[in-house]
Amino acid sequence: MWFKRKRDQILSVLLVLPSALAILVFVYAFIALTTYVSFSNWNKLVPDYTFVGTANYLRLFQNPRFLITLRNLGVFTGLFVGGSLTLGFLLAVLLDRRIKAEGLFRTIYLYPLALSFIVTGVVWRWLLNPGSPQMGSTGINLLLEMMGLGFLKTGWYTDPRIGIIAVAVAAIWQMSGYVMAMYLAGLRGIPEELREAARVDGASELQIYRFVVLPLLRPITFGALIVLGHISLKIYDLVVAMTGPGPGYSCDVPAYFMWELTFRANRFAQGAGIAIILLAIVSILIVPYLRYSLRREVEA
Amino acid sequence: MKLHPARLLLYLVLIAFALYYLMPVYVLVVTSLKSFAEVNLYRMWNPPRTFSLESFRRALFGGMGYQGLAPNILNSVIMVLPATLISAALGSLNGYIFARWQFRGANTLFTLALFGMFIPYQSILIPLVQTLKSIGLYGTIPGLILTHVIYGIPITTLIFRNYYATVPKELVEAARIDGAGLLGVYRRIMLPLSLPGFAVVLIWQFTSIWNDFLFAVTIAQNPAVQPVTVALNNLAGSFIVEWNVQMAGALLAALPTLLVYIFLGRYFMRGLLAGSLKG
Amino acid sequence: MRKVGWLLAVFVAVGLLGWAQAGAPLVLDKPSSLANISLAVFGDSAYAPAIMRATNSKALVDHTFARISRLDEVLPAGAKLWIPDAAWAKAFLAVWDPNRVEDLFGGGKLVVGSWWTAGGEAEGLEALFALYRENFPDVVIVNATVAGGAGFVFKAVLKPRLIAGDPPDTFQLHAGLEVEGYSPEVYLRPLDDLYAIFGWDKVFPPDLLDLMRYEGHYWGVPVNIHRSNVLWYNKEIFAKYNLKPPANWDEFFQICEILKGKGIVPITLANAGGWEAPHLFETILASTLTPEEYRGLWTGATPWTHPGVTRALEILKKILDYANPDYSAHTWDTVLEYIAAGRGAMNVMGDWAMGWFMAKGVDVGWAPVPGTKGVFVALSDTFAFPKRAPNPINVIGWLEVCGSKEGQIAFNMRKGSIPARTDITAEERAQFNPYLQSCMEDWARDAIVPSVMHGAAAPESWVVDFKDAINLFLVTKDVAGTQAALVAAAKAALGK
Repeated sequence: MWFKRKRDQILSVLLVLPSALAILVFVYAFIALTTYVSFSNWNKLVPDYTFVGTANYLRLFQNPRFLITLRNLGVFTGLFVGGSLTLGFLLAVLLDRRIKAEGLFRTIYLYPLALSFIVTGVVWRWLLNPGSPQMGSTGINLLLEMMGLGFLKTGWYTDPRIGIIAVAVAAIWQMSGYVMAMYLAGLRGIPEELREAARVDGASELQIYRFVVLPLLRPITFGALIVLGHISLKIYDLVVAMTGPGPGYSCDVPAYFMWELTFRANRFAQGAGIAIILLAIVSILIVPYLRYSLRREVEA
Repeated sequence: MKLHPARLLLYLVLIAFALYYLMPVYVLVVTSLKSFAEVNLYRMWNPPRTFSLESFRRALFGGMGYQGLAPNILNSVIMVLPATLISAALGSLNGYIFARWQFRGANTLFTLALFGMFIPYQSILIPLVQTLKSIGLYGTIPGLILTHVIYGIPITTLIFRNYYATVPKELVEAARIDGAGLLGVYRRIMLPLSLPGFAVVLIWQFTSIWNDFLFAVTIAQNPAVQPVTVALNNLAGSFIVEWNVQMAGALLAALPTLLVYIFLGRYFMRGLLAGSLKG
Repeated sequence: MRKVGWLLAVFVAVGLLGWAQAGAPLVLDKPSSLANISLAVFGDSAYAPAIMRATNSKALVDHTFARISRLDEVLPAGAKLWIPDAAWAKAFLAVWDPNRVEDLFGGGKLVVGSWWTAGGEAEGLEALFALYRENFPDVVIVNATVAGGAGFVFKAVLKPRLIAGDPPDTFQLHAGLEVEGYSPEVYLRPLDDLYAIFGWDKVFPPDLLDLMRYEGHYWGVPVNIHRSNVLWYNKEIFAKYNLKPPANWDEFFQICEILKGKGIVPITLANAGGWEAPHLFETILASTLTPEEYRGLWTGATPWTHPGVTRALEILKKILDYANPDYSAHTWDTVLEYIAAGRGAMNVMGDWAMGWFMAKGVDVGWAPVPGTKGVFVALSDTFAFPKRAPNPINVIGWLEVCGSKEGQIAFNMRKGSIPARTDITAEERAQFNPYLQSCMEDWARDAIVPSVMHGAAAPESWVVDFKDAINLFLVTKDVAGTQAALVAAAKAALGK
């Protein structure tokens, strides 16, 4: 019996080995290389690996555009993740109430997931184009006007105070359906008895959601956070297709800036620095959460 | 039939949201049905005065000085199908092992794999190109397939791992008492139960790989092998952009994934219901 | 021998006609080695490989031609050869690496990289391809374009390929310092020898040649010239309010004041691509500085603290007061809708805007940007020759087409730019539209300064810094801070 166990142990390692090796090379070796490049002097097309310490990082943090992109990333992540989670949860709760044509509503909320960010960006660029006094309003502003809500018009992504928020609106539109699907599945998986028991104990619906449902949905929230967080940190296609860097760089994000630095300005070393900074942000935020959740699962 | 005011309100809210989600598609469809002369940013909500499928034809087969999407759709199909199937298979195997066979350091390995998913792909383009070139796969569709398979491993493994974790322990125990080893349990217990998990993974991967632009434009530089996302980007130029053709092209490029979600969406939901993405 | 002598006369005649046919056939009347044929036709036996290659190329499409398998082969009487024209043969010898025996056999591909994917530019490219195919029908042309304004995406695809040693055969490169970003000494082939062989150093204007030279070498062959400092205006609005195109910024702002508040945007501005507003700024700089001072900005001769720069920033700031507020939603072409609809009066953009106006059927007026009469802010598209091009011999023909008069006329008529060559006759000129004709006249007599936003004046890293500074200025309107940023950018680029 132990022989079989031993064999299975070895087999399990062997079977994940190809994937592990592939990840080792295509992810971690590349990350290691990128890290090294971020400390190097590679500023022309010809690779130059001389070590220069933290000079590139210093230059990045002195660049006003970079600081703006970091701020934008924070705002975008907060809005996108928070907004998608909230909207997705809300829609799931609404749909969980034995709705006629639930399938139809579900499909409508879910289909944006099928589109690429480029398509989404092109369409929302039109939708959130504010128009102008001379040419007339367009997009959402025009709709608002037509509905008599013209006072709600804003400059959307042409207003540097809004900027990245407009991009978040498009991103939430695209991904909230996915969150809804996840939460709906989760809600359906909560045994009715649990809710009944709480009701019998005199809890209100709101309290049931707070103390029974939400805690049970925590693993889903975790899964959604991983997926949304990873999309958010790498957001690039959407910005390119929808707004570009925007007025005063109000729509700019680190991945976009990195692209320009690396492939237009040839500052490969600084571009690598941005990548490592993004990874560092991930480590600080996500990794502890990952480990904590994994450990909790094992205990469960 | 209680048409309680609360119920009515519920339906109204749902419909309002449905309109919010459908609004962009309306613009896409309406614009692509217009002729170039009629397309106007400031009249985007107006339905087309004359229905014209001309923009679809031009988007598919090309027009003045640009090529159509038709040949590239085939390239996308050739790339996406193997990549999706292989990464799903790998994810299933890996997910199973991580869910059920805790070897030493498995958790750490899993965390590392997930963490690696967060690196922006722009920053590893150069080593990626050089590596692919050194194994002779640069500029080919198999090279694209390999890239997508490898970078898809973390997410497919995650989905399957969570899914297999919900399979009751008793089933596995029973099989093991019967003498099944690692592969036996997989074959006899896990695989038959995997359909919902595969539904989620296949749909998810099909969509992300079909819609990928970055790897497509970097690796497949020969126009003959470019996927449809690159061709769609080329429908624009640094000059006059025919918006109706662009929108028609976007619709056409999105059609396969849209159809997948519309018709197979219920399997996606069922897969989720069966616990694949529960965490 | 006599036959060969007669053929030589034909070559000379053909050569005088311009680049019409790339050579002529020759049927041997007695067995001969390639070396002897070369000696007879060119006076030098070294051109044997060129003849071999040219014949083999022809043989791939026309089986009456001989197929030569070895350089030292003695060909039988009656064998039909193709003698290439002298220039191409010389170029062949200059480019050919004797270790690459495969180059002697013709065929292969020509992978052309550019970002010209739609409209007139794509048609222009096709015209060049058509010319190439007439003379090199054995070559398969691969049109490797990637869309994205100013090569935004294309460059990101090209650079990893250059680094990995797998570039296209030729690619689009802006004339000027943009080439610095490609580390040409490592990745590109200098074209000085081809310039001498094909006579380009005599037929392109000296100002352009200066622009093309980097580190003492030429790296690309220019196909066109575009002008960046053009003011486009709506003729009807100007007629209605009795306005004439402003000659200086005071007149310009007077016009803006008159038009303001009449439901018309006096000066339309775009910036969705991030480069349109810096483009405007570069033309303002060309007006507040003399041509020498402007050029000096990029060589370090003029400090960026110059009051001309300050004044330029202040002019830009004032323009923002009259510009449309939705500029960041517009790319250079969508904002022209204002003018087309009669809701916008003026716009500053390079002369590719003419193509847009013509396609929309708008009769637009043009003038030099206020204060830049007599100054031509120039940019040019060229094609470069990577060192590790997979089909180097095919590139020779391509560069020849690009630099030829026929090629340049065919291309530019469709693209809406002007040929770089100076030997265009008056009747050839008449084929172009009125704007382009006036542009050609200006090109011949104005002072030529390089555009910065389009890769001529500065290396790309500097262009990005310049662009970033102006983009921030649009929102902060901080003249002093932006000027400091521009000074810092120059310092970073020039290393002082």
